[in-house]
Amino acid sequence: MNWRAIQALMRKDLKVVVQNKGVIVPIILLPLILFIVIPALVLFIPSATASANSTDLAQLLAMVAPGLRDQLVGLTPDQAGVVFFLVYMMAPLFLIVPLMVSNVIAADSFVGERERKTLEALLYTPTTDGELLAGKILSALVPAVVVSLVGYLIYTVTADLAAAQIIGRALFPNPLWNVLVLWVAPAAAGLGLTSMMLVSVRAKTFQDAYQTGSLVVLPIVLLLIGQITGVLYFNIWLTLALGLVLWIIDAVLLFYGRRTFHRSELIARL
Amino acid sequence: MTDPVIVASDLGRRFGETVAVSQLELTVQAGEVFGFLGHNGAGKTTTIRMLNGILTPTTGSARVLGLDPMVDGTQLRSRTGVLTETPSLDERLTGRDNLTIYADLYRVPKDEVQARVDELLTGFDLIDRADDKAGGYSKGMKQRLALARTLLHKPEILFLDEPTSGLDPVAARQVHEMILQTTRQQGHTVFLCTHNLVEAQRLCDRVGVMEHGKLVALGSPRDLARQLVTNLTVDFEVDASSVPGALQALTAGGVTASAGQQAGTILVSGAAREQIPDQVSLLVNAGIRIYGVTPQEPTLEDVYFALHGEEPVQHNQAEVIQ
Ligand SMILES: Nc1ncnc2c1ncn2[C@@H]1O[C@H](COP(=O)(O)OP(=O)(O)OP(=O)(O)O)[C@@H](O)[C@H]1O
Ligand SMILES: [Mg+2]
Repeated sequence: MNWRAIQALMRKDLKVVVQNKGVIVPIILLPLILFIVIPALVLFIPSATASANSTDLAQLLAMVAPGLRDQLVGLTPDQAGVVFFLVYMMAPLFLIVPLMVSNVIAADSFVGERERKTLEALLYTPTTDGELLAGKILSALVPAVVVSLVGYLIYTVTADLAAAQIIGRALFPNPLWNVLVLWVAPAAAGLGLTSMMLVSVRAKTFQDAYQTGSLVVLPIVLLLIGQITGVLYFNIWLTLALGLVLWIIDAVLLFYGRRTFHRSELIARL
Repeated sequence: MTDPVIVASDLGRRFGETVAVSQLELTVQAGEVFGFLGHNGAGKTTTIRMLNGILTPTTGSARVLGLDPMVDGTQLRSRTGVLTETPSLDERLTGRDNLTIYADLYRVPKDEVQARVDELLTGFDLIDRADDKAGGYSKGMKQRLALARTLLHKPEILFLDEPTSGLDPVAARQVHEMILQTTRQQGHTVFLCTHNLVEAQRLCDRVGVMEHGKLVALGSPRDLARQLVTNLTVDFEVDASSVPGALQALTAGGVTASAGQQAGTILVSGAAREQIPDQVSLLVNAGIRIYGVTPQEPTLEDVYFALHGEEPVQHNQAEVIQ
């Protein structure tokens, strides 16, 4: 592997991608809402959670998985609501960040590149197919992981401010979220990327790819619903297992994506 | 005779039903400017792709700089430069970024990148706009930037896919000068795809003409013209007073002839090269004194139309209009 070439490819992709509003707006907006706006709402409008009124909240909490209910023992309903919301409900939502960041960047890098007709010159360079692919993979994964890590740091501060106010202690960092951020989030970024590699074979434009690609958040929505309806909840074991499943899916999709990523096929599909 | 740098044997590629290139046999020598001519869709771009190992042939094989493009493509591409048909620039990057990123991809030694990039930006008259986005460049500037990019690593073979299409005459001439400089000074080889026959005639040592994926003619522009152009125009210079007699003698011999614009000249048209001596004898036998016989050198344009069975616009018609 020629590391210099891979770095050059990343530099190119990232310089280009930051100029695509379709990529940058969601990358900034989503973490802003999740990591700043939501904790701020919890903090400044405590009634927002409470005014969903205590009976609704109690009903919701009555539904959650027994293991999760045990975590909330000894808290007032309002406090339980804050823990449930900031720690457990936000966990699947958090995963949307790496998933979506890698997904939109990969859409720009794999499909946008072809749409802008800049792929051909790249194929004529003395890089191997593996190096080209590595450059594109890293261009999508590195920002996704960085945004998740920075997002977690910010969320730790903002969510703890809210938690300190309402339950009188910090909730973050905690082992569950450490596993989520360090183990599951990179796998989620991988899923955003590898699913886009498959979409890119057919998609003609960045917009097409973006729309089809965003379907990949559906499994996350299922996790969220599962948790609200008490089918499952994010404990450490589930989180570790979720990460493992995602990594396996990534490996399988990468294997298929790699098979179509050959110069001769890319140029013939141009 | 130098070593061949490009050898294609039985090279072919089809896309489903479409045969893009078929049974191509071709040898290009080091230092040559080789012109690759053909209509739209004749298979020129496909050939360049196969010769650089980015498209797998469906038949035959090629050797470029002694390497098999499909096996040693990476190594080969570090020694060739390709100007693609569309400039294929990153329009969201500056001119300078476009070059420095490709300098890394083409493995220009790290400590030489900046100097090389500046040298090319200056050489192609882009230095003043180097830090503007390439998307804002004029068509000519984009083409110059793309050309500069193909020269970053001083390629031994330069593949140019229609380098002057859409350029104004001044910009086109700059490109021509660059091509001549690369070959004459550095001894590099140029493989030039073009529709522009004047360009091919001016620049190319040899040309190949493609039609529907097949190579239908190959040789120097002059040789091709001699072989293929059967309706030469020949100027005969005779005494002004003997023009009517000469015309009569020629016409009686079944030759199409007319008086030239200048006194004492006769134009014979539609002649094959081998018929010139017979025409001379017709005149000599009629007692006409001949001062000069000048076949008008056919152009590549004549060759092209001879191959495609169409009549080119007559050169002397244009003269009459002037
Ligand atoms: N990827 C592809 N898929 C299907 N058909 C293709 C593909 N690439 C080329 N062809 C077909 O192969 C033939 C040769 O195309 P090619 O681009 O090599 O021609 P060309 O001589 O470069 O033409 P032009 O002067 O228009 O650039 C054309 O009929 C074209 O439609
Ligand atoms: Mg072409």
